[in-house]
Amino acid sequence: MSLKARLHDLKEKYRGTKMAPAFNALHTFLYLPNEVTHGGTHIKAADDLKRTMNTVIMALIPCLIFGMLNAGYQHYAAVDNSLRLNPLANFFTLDNLWIGIIKVLPLVVVSYGVGLIIEFIFAVIKGHEVEEGYLVTGMLVPLIVPVDTPLWMLAVAVAFGVIIGKEVFGGTGMNILNPALTIRAFLFFAYPTWMSGDKVWVHAADPRVGKLGQGYIPDVISGETILGSYAQNLEPVYTNWDKFFGFIPGSVGETSTFLILLGAAFLIFTKIGSWRIIVSTFAGAAVMGLIFNAVVHAEIITESSKFFGLMNTDWWEHLMIGGLAFGAVYMATDPVTGSQTNKGKWIYGFLIGFISIMIRVFNPAYPEGVFLAILLMNVFAPTIDHYVVQGNVKRRLKRLNAKTA
Amino acid sequence: MGLLSKKDTKLITDPFADNNPITIQVLGICSALAITAELKASIVMSISVLFVLGVGNVVISLMRNIIPSKIRIIVQLIVVATLVIIVDLVLKAFAYELSKTLGAFIGLIITNCIIMGRFEAFALGNGPWRSFLDGIGNAVGYGVILIIVGFFRELLGAGTLLGIPVLGDPIEKTGLYAYGYENNGFMIMPPMALILVGLIIWVQRSRNKALIEEH
Repeated sequence: MSLKARLHDLKEKYRGTKMAPAFNALHTFLYLPNEVTHGGTHIKAADDLKRTMNTVIMALIPCLIFGMLNAGYQHYAAVDNSLRLNPLANFFTLDNLWIGIIKVLPLVVVSYGVGLIIEFIFAVIKGHEVEEGYLVTGMLVPLIVPVDTPLWMLAVAVAFGVIIGKEVFGGTGMNILNPALTIRAFLFFAYPTWMSGDKVWVHAADPRVGKLGQGYIPDVISGETILGSYAQNLEPVYTNWDKFFGFIPGSVGETSTFLILLGAAFLIFTKIGSWRIIVSTFAGAAVMGLIFNAVVHAEIITESSKFFGLMNTDWWEHLMIGGLAFGAVYMATDPVTGSQTNKGKWIYGFLIGFISIMIRVFNPAYPEGVFLAILLMNVFAPTIDHYVVQGNVKRRLKRLNAKTA
Repeated sequence: MGLLSKKDTKLITDPFADNNPITIQVLGICSALAITAELKASIVMSISVLFVLGVGNVVISLMRNIIPSKIRIIVQLIVVATLVIIVDLVLKAFAYELSKTLGAFIGLIITNCIIMGRFEAFALGNGPWRSFLDGIGNAVGYGVILIIVGFFRELLGAGTLLGIPVLGDPIEKTGLYAYGYENNGFMIMPPMALILVGLIIWVQRSRNKALIEEH
């Protein structure tokens, strides 16, 4: 008997018992279920929740691998600045990858481990099947935290995010807030010193974690992010190509706008991600950036202002730095927490981009405004949908009345 | 309890658990969110409300037959205000530092919905002894939640209990901090109090299914 058949037999044997959901989860994860639809289904399609989730994970893999290499690259480049002169030659090295393996992989393991254990426990308690929702969340979480985030903090945050952000609302598909961003928000507010500042983004740059190497003085060079530099009216040291390809410090997986755009193309091609949300988020951010540029151009804000650095940043540069691209492509497009109507998606995405840049500029303490903006719009998404639907109903009623009158 | 009849005992125990003013009636939430960052403040707040509600219920109950119903809210407010001013002055005299932390929230006991709620719902229609028990029961029910929330927020948020460090010194890195533990800044913020109250409601309703509302 093959393993598959054996698993099917076991599934029948344990049907209806408490442990059945946990077992079935493993089974469906490995094989296609042996049940087929009975009755009068009219639409048949091959994509189920599992396939959807796996597609997103595939789109995230390049970001993860790049993030692992970048973790090492930023670490060594902070010790020896000359590496930055030729990022391509110094990026794809085994040393870099090794740092990624010892620093980033544990984040992935903890994120999946804690999250899935909680999902299994809830599935057993509630007596329903384990939902695939955590597969994507578990991959997103390590990509949006700083590389040196202590593992126990991540574990606490994941537990909080999965229970309070998702399970209390009824599990996958019922949550109001994006669970990955709930986890990020929890970390940000609970342990701000590990989530912001100028040192946490580079492995071992923070004296709490370790030493960068011989002759290293913590105050001289650090992993200052581009947003952090602008917020202090300083000119960052990275070229625009560095920013686009992602050879910059930042959260693990969000630095490379190039790979994120590739992922976006993949998601749009497979019809998993909504191109309306992605495009409108970038558009919203660009509009807000243009407004700020115009304000600076009109000399309403001058160099003496603390907002000058970020306001003077070219609008197209805003799209490349920080987590905006990552948020727009992988977070805002979450079908559960985003708007459902097509018109609603435009409004929802536009406001995410618009508010992200606004938070980024006006509150230098929250340079990563994008996660707050998405959480805020998650809350408003049902309201947007409601008015879009009502507007549609009204328009059609009017047309009907005009016809019958 | 030989002192109390079964019915009277229920007056005290009911609001303590299955009819808790905070977790079941969802009253008095504002102060529960605002002052529970420290255990000490939660305890003082609970005692203050215990005093105001216990005495207030008796006073209102004694006057219930002579209060014209049209102006009863004004009369109730005057009674609460008098009692709250007494609490405020006592705190200022004997615990000045604490009265500064609690600030406006002692004054705002006047608007605590639990107090007006009990006056309206109970003291106006019952004798002084039963009103007293009802006041005590509700104030204890309120206080218990405040103290539970305050306990966890202070322990996890600041690593102290009643101001005494129990998890070690976060700066010197002793105790738990030596192992990389850090205080949870989110615990200090009011949203976390709301989440903790929510968790208590969750635990309570999953233990007693009768409390779950139908939708």
